[in-house]
Amino acid sequence: MLQLSPLEYFGRALVTIGMGHDELVVLDPDVSASTKTSYFAERFPERFINVGISEQDMIGVAAGLAASGKIPIACGFAIFIAGRAWEQIANSVARPNLNVKIVATHSGFSPYADGDSHQSFGDVALMRVLPNMKVVVPADAVAAVGALEALVLSQGPAYLRLGRGATPVVYEEGSDFTLGKASLMRDGADVTVIASGVMVSMAVKAAAMLEDEAVDVRVIDMHTIKPIDARCVLEAAKNTGAIVTAEEHSVIGGLGSAVSEVLSQNAPTPIQMVGIRDRFGESSRDYWSLLAKHGLTAEGITKAVHSVLDMKP
Amino acid sequence: MSTSITSILREISKKFNVPLSTLKRNSKILKDLNLITYGDATSFQGVELTELGQFIAKLMTRGEPPLGHLVQTRSGLRSLGSVIKDTRKTILRMLAEAGSGHLGASLSAIEILVVLYFLKMRHDPRNPDWVGRDRFVLSKGHAAPALYAVLAEVGYFPTEELFSLRKLGSRLQGHPDTRTLGVDAMTGSLGQGLSIAVGMALAAKMDGAGYKVYVLLGDGELNEGQVWEAAMTASHYGLDNLIAVVDRNQYQLTGKTGDVKSLEPLPEKWGSLGWEVQETEGNDPESILDALDRCSLTSGRPSVIIAKTTKGKGVSFMEGNKFSRKVPNADELKRALSELS
Repeated sequence: MLQLSPLEYFGRALVTIGMGHDELVVLDPDVSASTKTSYFAERFPERFINVGISEQDMIGVAAGLAASGKIPIACGFAIFIAGRAWEQIANSVARPNLNVKIVATHSGFSPYADGDSHQSFGDVALMRVLPNMKVVVPADAVAAVGALEALVLSQGPAYLRLGRGATPVVYEEGSDFTLGKASLMRDGADVTVIASGVMVSMAVKAAAMLEDEAVDVRVIDMHTIKPIDARCVLEAAKNTGAIVTAEEHSVIGGLGSAVSEVLSQNAPTPIQMVGIRDRFGESSRDYWSLLAKHGLTAEGITKAVHSVLDMKP
Repeated sequence: MSTSITSILREISKKFNVPLSTLKRNSKILKDLNLITYGDATSFQGVELTELGQFIAKLMTRGEPPLGHLVQTRSGLRSLGSVIKDTRKTILRMLAEAGSGHLGASLSAIEILVVLYFLKMRHDPRNPDWVGRDRFVLSKGHAAPALYAVLAEVGYFPTEELFSLRKLGSRLQGHPDTRTLGVDAMTGSLGQGLSIAVGMALAAKMDGAGYKVYVLLGDGELNEGQVWEAAMTASHYGLDNLIAVVDRNQYQLTGKTGDVKSLEPLPEKWGSLGWEVQETEGNDPESILDALDRCSLTSGRPSVIIAKTTKGKGVSFMEGNKFSRKVPNADELKRALSELS
C-alpha cells in the first residue's frame, strides 16, 4: 500500500487554503518544522505567529484572533495542546464557541521514538467531552486535506487529529470529504468494523483477510468522531448485527465509547473494541511494532471480529 | 465615548442655558486649534482633548479637570464622581440580591472601569458589535458585578437587569459571558484574559485597524503562568495597541499577595519583559485617566499600568480582605449604603 504523510499534505494544503482565505492565521508553539506549518510561515509570514513554547498562551491568542474575525489554526503536538491547554480550550474557545481550528499532530503512538511523554491516547476523549467542539480523525493524507478544507469552511471550534509519519493511503486523490458523514470503505453483511485514523487501512486489510474465511465485513471510516454519524452506526448494527471499533486511542472515551453510546441507547448490539487498553506507551525504534505490541494491527481487528461473532445471538 | 458632538452640545446648551449655535461655533474653534477632536454623527467618535488640549486645560485649571468630568450616562449627563459612587451602591445591592459573589475585588476596580468606559474607550452602547470599537477584557473575571454595573450605566442594557445577577436563565452570569451585551471576552478562569487580549491586538495590527485593547488583571491573578507567557508574546510582537491594567489591591483569596506568593518587584518584572510600566493611584480617576492617556505616547511595545487600589474600597468596614467572598447581610448593606450617601 502506498504510504504518504498526512502532515506533509496538511502543511501544503494550508498554504493553498491560505491563498483563498485572507482571514486564515496560523499559530505555532515553536514546532513548525515538525508540524509542517513551516510552509505557511514561509509563504505568509505576516499571518504566521510563533508564540514560543507556550501552548496555553497560544490557545488564548487564537481565541482573541477568532473574536476579531480571523480563522486561527492553532497547530501543535496533541498531548501538549489537548492535554496541557485543555482548560484554555474549554474556557477561552469552546465556551464562547469561537472559530478556532486546533490541529493536533503527533497523536497516538506516532512520536514512537520519543516515548510516552510525547504520545497521546486520551485527546479524543478530552475534546469530545467539550460542548461545541467538533472532532475529526482523518484516515490518510488525502482525507487530512479534505478534513482541513471542510473545517475551515465550518463555523465554530474544531479539533483535527493527525499522526506524525507516513501512513497507508486509503482514498484516491480528490475524494469527497463530508464533515459528520462516515465513509463506507467496503460493504459487508456479517459484521461491521468502524475505524478511525490509521486503523482504517488495517480494517480494510483485515476485511480482505476475513474474506478467505468467508466472513463478509463492512468497513466504515468514522472520520468525524463528533458529531458522530449515528445513522450510519445504527444502520450497520441493523444490517450486520455485530460491531468492532478500531482506533489509535484509549478504548476509554474515544471512538469505541462514542459508538457504544449510540448503540447502547438505541439498538444494543454486540461490540468489541480495538484500542489502547488503559496503558501508557513507551519508546520504540519504529511505529508499526509499537502499534503491534498494543494489538493495533489487521490481525488484532480479525481477532476482535471473531470475538464479536461469538457474541452474536 | 460614543456620543456625537451635537448631542453633547445640546445637553450642555439645555443645562447651562447657552445657545446651541454659540457652543457649536466655539467647539469648531477648539477643533481648528487642535485642542479637541471629535468625529461626525456617523463615526460615533466622542469628544476628546488632544495632547495639546490636555496640556492647555491643565495649565488653565492648574490640575483641576475641566467641568469635573461630566459624562454621558443612560440618564443624561452626570458627574463622574456621582457615577462612581452610585456604581458602588449598585454593586452592593446586586451582590446582596444574588447572595454570592466577589465584593472586595469588584469595589477596588470601579474607578478603573468607570474611567475606561466613560472617558477613555471608543465604543458605542447602541452598536455593541461595532468593529472599530476599543476592546475590553476583564481578565479578573470575578469582578463581573462591577463590569455589569458600568455597562448598564453607560447604556448597554437596562439597569433593572443588574439584579438578575447569577439567577438561573439570566444573561448576567457569575463571570463575564459574551451573552451579555458589551462583554468582549469570556473570562472567569484566572490567567487567560491577557492571551485573549494579545490575540485581539494582533488582529488589529494585521488589519491596520486603529482600535485599542484594554485588559484588567488582578494582582493575585499574576500567580498564573499563562499571564507571563502572554506578556512575553505581547512585547515580542510590539503590541503598542495593548494596554494592561493591574488592579493592585494587595490581596488574594487567603491573604496578602506578599504572603501567598511574592509579586514584588512587580514594575521591574513587567519592565524586564519589555513592557512600558507606569504606577498610579487606582482609586483616583484623574490619575488613572492620566496614566491611560500617557500610554498613547508609547510606541513599539505594550503598556501596563500598576494601579494601586484598596480592596473593598469605599466602605470603611469592607476595606481589606474581610468581604473578599462575603456578601453583605441586611444590616451591613444598610450601613454601607448610608456611608456612600
